[in-house]
Amino acid sequence: MTFHDGNERARSTADAVARRSYGKLVAFLAARTRDVTAAEDALSEAFAAALADWPPNGCPANPEAWLLTVARRKAIDMARGRRRHENAGEQLRVMAEGLDAAAAESEIPDQRLALMFACAHPAIDAGIRAPLILQVVLGLDAAMIASAFLVSPVAMGKRLVRAKDKIRQAGIPFSIPGRDELPGRLDTILDAIYAAFAEGWTDPGGTDVARRDLTEESFFLARLVAEMLPQEPEALGLLALMLHAEARRPARRSADGEYVPLAEQDPALWDWEMIEEAEALLLEASNLRSIGRYQLEGALQSAHVFRRRTGRANWPDVVQLYDALWAISGSPVVAINRALAIAEIHGAGAALDAMPRVSTDVRLAEYQPYWATRAELLAKTSAHDEARHAYEIAIGLERDPAVRRFLQKRLSRLLGPPC
Amino acid sequence: MKYLLMAYVNEAAWPKMTKDEQEQGMAAYTAYREALTTAGVLTGSNRLQPSSTATTVRLANGKSQVLDGPFVESKEQLGGYFLIDVADLDAAISWAARCPATSHGVVEVRPIWGVPA
Repeated sequence: MTFHDGNERARSTADAVARRSYGKLVAFLAARTRDVTAAEDALSEAFAAALADWPPNGCPANPEAWLLTVARRKAIDMARGRRRHENAGEQLRVMAEGLDAAAAESEIPDQRLALMFACAHPAIDAGIRAPLILQVVLGLDAAMIASAFLVSPVAMGKRLVRAKDKIRQAGIPFSIPGRDELPGRLDTILDAIYAAFAEGWTDPGGTDVARRDLTEESFFLARLVAEMLPQEPEALGLLALMLHAEARRPARRSADGEYVPLAEQDPALWDWEMIEEAEALLLEASNLRSIGRYQLEGALQSAHVFRRRTGRANWPDVVQLYDALWAISGSPVVAINRALAIAEIHGAGAALDAMPRVSTDVRLAEYQPYWATRAELLAKTSAHDEARHAYEIAIGLERDPAVRRFLQKRLSRLLGPPC
Repeated sequence: MKYLLMAYVNEAAWPKMTKDEQEQGMAAYTAYREALTTAGVLTGSNRLQPSSTATTVRLANGKSQVLDGPFVESKEQLGGYFLIDVADLDAAISWAARCPATSHGVVEVRPIWGVPA
C-alpha cells in the first residue's frame, strides 16, 4: 500500500468517524461542563491530530476512544493555558477527569439527545435553536448554516457563540425532560429538524451542495430522535412526513429542470420504498394514541399519495385533516392549503372566502404560496386583473428560478388568448 | 435600515438569450420590483446600460484622467440596483435571495452609511 492510499483511507476513516461520532463526542464532552465551545475546540484539535497521525501509523482499532483520549489531553493543555481565567480552567479539568472514566469503558454513552434538549431549551432564542442543533450535533460550520438559513455568516457565527455562552452561563441542563414536560420540549427539537429539512427541500434538484447536505443531515437527526424516543408518536410522525416529501423529490422537476406540481407528477418516479417506510411509521405512531402536528401532516401526505395512486378523489378527508391541523397550529400556511382542498369540492369562490387575510397576518404579504394560491383561485373566478397582480407578486417573492418560470407560464396563460 | 442590493450579472449572456427568454427575464424583474413595492420596502431602483457605455474618471498628478470602460474589467458587471429600507440585514438578505439576478449573477448587499441619530 502506498503512502497516498493510506493517507486517503485515514482521511476517509476520519470523515466517517466525524460523521457518525462527532455529535456523540461533543455531547459527551460538553455534558459534564456545559461548555460546548470548549468541547468543540478540544475535539477539533483531536480530529486534526487524527489526520496527522493515522496516515503514517494506521487507523486505531477504536477511533472514538482514540479521539477522546486526545481530546482529553487537549483539554488539559487548554486548561493550563487558561490558568489565569480560573473558571474556564476548572471547567476543562472537570471535562478531562470525566474522560478518564470514559476511556476505560468500551462504549461511550450517547448523550446527543440531552445535548439537543439543551440547544432547544426555551431559554435559548427560538430563531437560533435549529442552527445550534445543526452545529453542535453535526459539526456543520457557521458559514454553511448561515447560507441555508439566509443569514449573514458573521451574524450567524455571533449568534451561535452567544447561544453557547448562554448554555454555559445560565446553566442550561443537559438532560431529557421528565414525562410531563417532554412533549412540548420535544416539539422544539422536531421543529428545528423540520426547519433544517425544509431549507434543504428548497433545492429539489439537489444541485446546491450545502442544501443537499442539509437534507441528509436532517434525516440523520430525525432518525436519531425516532430511534432514541420510539414511544413518542410525533418523532415517528416527523420522520414519516420527511420520508413522504423526500420520496417525491425525483418527480418535482421535469427532465429539463422545470417545476412539476403534485397533481401533474408521475407517481412512477416516486420512491415507493420511502413511502412504504413512511406509511409503516404513521401506523406505528397512531397505535401510540396521541395525535399531533407532524402525524397529521404525514397523514395529509399519505392522503395525497393515496389519491394519485388510486385515482379516487378524497378531498373531504383532506379538508378534515387540515381542519384538525388548523385547530392545533392556527397556521396561515395550513389555512392556504385547506382553501386549495376546498376549491376541489366547492369551487374557487368558496376557497377564496376560506383564504386567510393579510389584515390578520402581515407575514402573508411576503409569503409566496399565499399569492400564488390567490392568483390561481382568482384566475378560476375570472377575476383576471386581480389574478395578474397576485401572480406578479408571487413571482417577485420566489427564490427558486424553476418555480418562478412555472408561475410566469401560468401568468402568460392568463394573459394569452384562450385555448 | 437602508441597504443597496447590487446586481452583478454576466453581460455577455443577455444578447445570447432568445427573445422569449429575454422577455421572461424582464418579467421576472418587473415582478420582483412589484413585490418590493407591495411590501413597502423599495426606495429606488434602476437598470444600468451595459458596462461598455461606462466612463471612468480619476485624478492623476493633479489632472483629471478620463478613461473609457468600467472601473474593473470582469465578466460580472453591475447591471442594476435596488435601494431598500428594511428592519435588518436578515430581511435584506431574504430580499436579495429573491432577486432574479441570483440565478445569473450575484447580488451584493451593502448597508447605507446612515446619518447617526
